[in-house]
Amino acid sequence: MDLTNLTITSAKKGLKDKKFSSLELTQAYLDRIDQVEDKVKAFVTVSSEQALIDAKKADEKLSKGEDTALLGIPVSIKDNFNTSGILTTASSNVLRDYIPPYDATVVRKLKEAGMVMLGKTNLDAFAHGSSTETSDFGASRNPWNTEHLPGGSSGGAAASMASGETVVAIGSETAGSIRQPASWCGVVGLKPTYGRVSRYGVIAMASSLDCPGPISSTVEDSALILQILAGKDPMDATTSPKDVPDYLANLNKDISGLTIGVSDEYFIEGIDPEVEKAVRDAIKVFEKMGAKLRKIKLFDPTHSVAVYTILQRSEVSSNLARYDGIRYGQTRDKFGAEAKRRIILGTYALSAGYYDQFYNKALKVRTVIVNDFNQAFKEVDLILAPTSPSLAMKVGASADSPMFGELADMLVEPSSIAGLPGISLPVGFSKSGLPIGMQIIGPQFSEELIINAAYKFEQEVSFKERKPKL
Amino acid sequence: MILDKAKVKHVAKLASLPLTSEEEEKFSKELGETLDYVEKLNEVNTTGLEGTNQVTGLVNVTREDVVGPSFSQEEALSNAKETYKGYIKVKAILSEEM
Repeated sequence: MDLTNLTITSAKKGLKDKKFSSLELTQAYLDRIDQVEDKVKAFVTVSSEQALIDAKKADEKLSKGEDTALLGIPVSIKDNFNTSGILTTASSNVLRDYIPPYDATVVRKLKEAGMVMLGKTNLDAFAHGSSTETSDFGASRNPWNTEHLPGGSSGGAAASMASGETVVAIGSETAGSIRQPASWCGVVGLKPTYGRVSRYGVIAMASSLDCPGPISSTVEDSALILQILAGKDPMDATTSPKDVPDYLANLNKDISGLTIGVSDEYFIEGIDPEVEKAVRDAIKVFEKMGAKLRKIKLFDPTHSVAVYTILQRSEVSSNLARYDGIRYGQTRDKFGAEAKRRIILGTYALSAGYYDQFYNKALKVRTVIVNDFNQAFKEVDLILAPTSPSLAMKVGASADSPMFGELADMLVEPSSIAGLPGISLPVGFSKSGLPIGMQIIGPQFSEELIINAAYKFEQEVSFKERKPKL
Repeated sequence: MILDKAKVKHVAKLASLPLTSEEEEKFSKELGETLDYVEKLNEVNTTGLEGTNQVTGLVNVTREDVVGPSFSQEEALSNAKETYKGYIKVKAILSEEM
């Protein structure tokens, strides 16, 4: 039995039926990491020793009949989540020797649910990028073709998922960092509503946008992880006090009668024709399932790129001010080129005389984007669009392109700016064998409906059996 | 446009960010390109609109001020590069000469 091809649900069943132990399961994934990591480079740190200890503990609990949501299940965690006693670098030399004395709330909740953490996955340094090429420890590779990038910033997370190095991966998104790498790597990525999941202990990028979430092989697994992570956290004042629904309850609910919006503005000029075709075909599947399609006109996403660039650079310059090399971490000269570039632009945009022109103006255009989505959701329940306008790009593509990430993430930025939830799921492959993703966007706190629609699609069209050759 | 090299230097000083002269050169060009792109913001009419800081609309979130467990001194200092008798040691910012 191949243990490195499991979902959370199937792994849990195997553990319960005693087909394998958590120790065997964990060892199988550690072996898989050993076998493919040279090619994929998904991890910054593999914490095998701790993983095996945790797996043994999980087996003891399992033998006593204990059952928690992730008991004994191997998980990879993006390296911008603080993990007590385990190196946490954000893929930056500034934090290359930082051992946190505490867990992020997300990590605490996953531990309480019984996970076995395999290690910490690579990202663009401080999550600044959409390729993992700004990582100070080298780029991760796309498991479908290792000459291509996995996307980013949660590129290591998506690569670990697609290459069978973990059962499920935890990533974070500011504007695209879960959905875009999930799309490029042919896996599912769920970005929750802003404030649905706690940011406490996540190394901050842009605090008004940052959002942790799962990258998984199935929609059900993403729903399961969101169930564990969602909820109010006293340690993060921006988490929502809204009740957390049962995300698994309506997975298979009939979606006929839903109205689904499609905006031509999201099939931008220059979009890869294979991406456009696969996504338009996927939209037809929703029609076949009984959903009503409606053409809508969303605000031009190129404006969102400008808003995002200003908000994110400004918040980055403020968040990275804490790295003084005194309390922890290395000195400020250790920042990589991308972090420096962002600090300079953000500081400039916030400095006296420019604040109104840039930051305040961007906040006002953000209101325009929020209003635009509110208007659209009066007419439609959900919106379908390509996740990324391109296929996974080749290694080296981001070099000397100061706007690479912003342009690659153009179709995910507007919904992130408005704090909306979205899921990216695989809808096809190019002739060259690279995955294509489609996103489903909904109103704030509509994760339940998004998950339901994505699950129904997955029942019709699934690529679970197709695996990269590594 | 080009973001003037002197401006880059000034902003780097505000951000306490050491830059090499090559970096100053490079950033003045690259950041100019970025500023050209964000000019697009001016194409959008925002008359009468308030800015959005907090997208889900939460305001003034408070909690009870209850004493709870916190880091031990050892944990709090565990990542500091230099410590002295339980303090974090920093470079002197004042000297004896006036």
